[in-house]
Order: sequence, then C-alpha cells, then structure tokens
Amino acid sequence: MTAAILPLAPAPAPEPMVSVRGITKTYPGGVEALSGIDLDFPRGELTALLGPSGCGKTTLLKIIAGLLPATKGEVLVDGRKVSGPGPERAFVFQDFALLPWATVLRNVAFGLELRGVARSEREAIAERHVAEVGLKGFEKRYPHELSGGMRQRVGLARALAVNAEVLLMDEPFSAVDEQTRRKFQEDLLSLVANQRKTFLFVTHSIEEAVYVASRVVLLSRRPSRVSQVIAPDIARDMAPDRIRRHPAYLDAVESIWQGLKQYVD
Amino acid sequence: MMRLASVALVLGAWEWAGRKPVSPAFPAFSETMAAAWAMLLDGSLPAAVGITLAPLVLGIAISALLGIAAGVAMGLSSKAEWLGVPVFIVLQAAPLAALIPLLVLAYGVGLTSKVMTVCIMAVPVIVLNSFKAIRHTPVSMVEMGRAFLGSRRQLIAKIILPAASPIIFAGLRLGLAAGFIGAVLAELLISPTGIGDLITYNQSIADYPKMFAAIATVILLSVLFIGALDRVEATLFRPEKRGTR
Repeated sequence: MTAAILPLAPAPAPEPMVSVRGITKTYPGGVEALSGIDLDFPRGELTALLGPSGCGKTTLLKIIAGLLPATKGEVLVDGRKVSGPGPERAFVFQDFALLPWATVLRNVAFGLELRGVARSEREAIAERHVAEVGLKGFEKRYPHELSGGMRQRVGLARALAVNAEVLLMDEPFSAVDEQTRRKFQEDLLSLVANQRKTFLFVTHSIEEAVYVASRVVLLSRRPSRVSQVIAPDIARDMAPDRIRRHPAYLDAVESIWQGLKQYVD
Repeated sequence: MMRLASVALVLGAWEWAGRKPVSPAFPAFSETMAAAWAMLLDGSLPAAVGITLAPLVLGIAISALLGIAAGVAMGLSSKAEWLGVPVFIVLQAAPLAALIPLLVLAYGVGLTSKVMTVCIMAVPVIVLNSFKAIRHTPVSMVEMGRAFLGSRRQLIAKIILPAASPIIFAGLRLGLAAGFIGAVLAELLISPTGIGDLITYNQSIADYPKMFAAIATVILLSVLFIGALDRVEATLFRPEKRGTR
C-alpha cells in the first residue's frame, strides 16, 4: 500500500493557501449540496476535488472563487476571509467561456482589460502566455476557428495572464477529446512544477485526479462531505508514461475506486 | 451563386406568369421594369421614395433607440421586466393597424401620425427581441467576467451587449420590415403620399405595370435597408463574422 490515507485534520505548516471552514450550501428549495466542508489546500500544490457526479464539486469550487455565496462557513485565501472574486484567484471554465467576437489575443488579455491595464501592456503580457500554452501564430484567430483543445488553452492562458496565485479549474479537460486530454494532463504537470501556484482542480475522472494531483479530496454524495483525502506517493519528475504504469499510481486509482464505489448506483 | 439562382428563378416565374397572363392586372417582370425605368426618368419614383422614406427613417430611428433601450432595461432589471413585458406582449399580439384611425384622430393626417404608425408596428418586436437577447446571455460568460473582476458596467458593455447583439439585430430586422409595412399602410390609410400614392393612383387608373413597379421599389428598399443593417452589426459588434459571408 503506497497511497497514504491522511487524516482529515488540517495539513501541517506552512500555512495553506486556501482554507475552507464549515462551508454549507443549501439551494433555494432546500436541496443541500454541501454540508460542513472543512479543507485546506497547500501552497504550490495541485489538489483535485473528486466525487460522484452531482456531488457539488463545482459548487464548492465556485464558492471558493466567490462566484456563489455559501449558506454557512467561510473561505480564507492566504489567511484573509474572502466574500467575492479576487485578483489572487483565476478561474478556468469547463465550457471555456471565451468571447466569440474577440480574437485569441483579446480573450487572453481580457482579465487584464477588465482590470484597466493599458492595451499595449496587456497585449504584450497576453502574447507571452499565448506562446506559453503553445498557440503562437494563432493570436489573430477567433475561437470558432480553433479546436476544443485549443480553446481551452486560450482559457488557461487567460487565467495565467492575470498572474493569480490560485488557479481554480472546473473540469477543464472534460470537453476535449481523449488524446488532447492526455497531452493537457502532461502539460499541466510541468505547469505545476514550473509555476509556484496553487491549483484546485475539479474532475470526475479518477485516473486524471491521481495523475495530475498531489492530493485527491474525495467528496461523498449530496449533501457532500469530505469522505477521504488521499496523497498518491508518486514522484512527479518521472516520464509521463512511467507514471501511468507506476504501481503507486495504479494502487491510488484502485483505492479511490474502492472508496467511491459505494456512491455509484 | 445560389442566391442569384434563387432570384433569377423567382423573376423568371414572374415574367412567365405575366406573359401568360395569369390575370390582366398582373404585368410581366419586363413590363414592370420598363415602367419603373420611365418613372425613374420622369422623377416621379425618386420623389415618391423621398416622401415615403421621411416617416420611415424617422420612425425606425425612434423605434430602434427606444425599443432597444426598453428591451435592454427589461432584460437587466426584473422591475422593468415586470412593468414592461406584459404591455409589449399584448402590443405584439394586437392588430395594430386598427389603431391607425385613432392616431389620425389624435395627430391629424400629417407626418406625426405616419411616424407613429411606423413606431407602433416596429417597437414591440424590437423590444421583445432585445429583452430575450439580454436574458439569453450565456451564464458562464457572465461568470467569467465576474471571476476576472469586471464591474457591472464592464459586464454589460463588454460581455452582455455584444453577446446579445445577434438577437437584438434580428429584432431590428423584423422591426424594419414591420416599419416598412407601417409606412406603406400609413400612406394607404392616412393620406396618399409617396409610394403609397403611386400604388393607389396607378391602381385606380389601371396602370398595373406602374403599380407593381411601386410595390417592387418598396421590396427593394426593404432588402437594401436590411443588408445595410447586417453590415452595421458586423462592423460594430461581431468582427468574427466579417468576411465569412
């Protein structure tokens, strides 16, 4: 058994980048989506939120982003309580949420545009990030001219361009095809290694969660609680294809499946 | 290419039906064009177009301005929606041409009544389309704007309005077509001037080619206006659509 199962207590020092304290979300009409969630997200790591479909993973991510109000509880980012979206958090959307009438460059620069950064400056920054996600040469194209995978690269570049410390990713690869998804997962690993950022990653794929995340948070079925936190003991510096065949990877996938099985009808 | 073929097919059918003839009151396409050419040369057609365009352009401009403003307000605020939507739904369903005599009673037979006729025909569809357009802004696009710290004003100007522009412009196109109906109706029902006068007068003296030339002119104007509107939309809001059509 190489996948350590951590207790639910807060992670040891250093201070977590994002803390969730007693978050409860009840939708109008009485549907309870989240019930007393307590979680810490360590700095510079990628944490995956995993759970049965409809369990409220996305709801939790949107509450952390400040896009949805929580019914009870609080979210601390870098030790400060937050009540809305902030410059230290950037969001990557499942459906990309690009502006169809804007070029790739303007879409990537859009977060900076909303912050009032001067045009020449924000376009210079955006150009760097367009190149970083491998879309050099596509700056003047429109989203409808790009494939799904390329569109999500634009969404990722937009989130990187605002230089937030926390990246919130809501099933970012679920709308792209399998091959593109694998390439994305590999790129994400090097992104986590190179950027000193904290990543929160919602997914419904066990394999994806174990592959990209250093910690996997398992949520139970609605009303969701944290059912387990698993830290797969995998060295991230090995070759991508070796990770997928590593016993620690396979064990973690299996143990998460055993934990999730009970929620599947 | 296909568009040209479609136009040629319709005009060919018109020519054939006119020569057959289907009815003595139905001139062939070539006769109609000859009549139009003659009216163009003697200046009666351009003069009539000028007279008809005045209430039309004025009415459409007012309708577009007020209609879009009201529709957008109703889309953004639930109070405005509560106040406005029932009114405009009733107006859209009502046979508004029946109100024309009332307008004449109130405003006389001059330009005011005709502008009002164009407005009551055009406004409801413009308002309701603008309202629906705002309401159908993709949720995730607005969330994206909020996540990247856009202010309410920025969200409206940079996301909601551009996203709504295709449906708003679809409403403008329908409003324009309705406005044309209103303009001609006003000239037929209120006082015969402009193209409406050409239609009624030539009908009364049984000069059918001239009458049809006047009708064809209205259709042509309407098509030109709508084409111009598409151009405006693409340049103002949707650069990604430029050059693709």
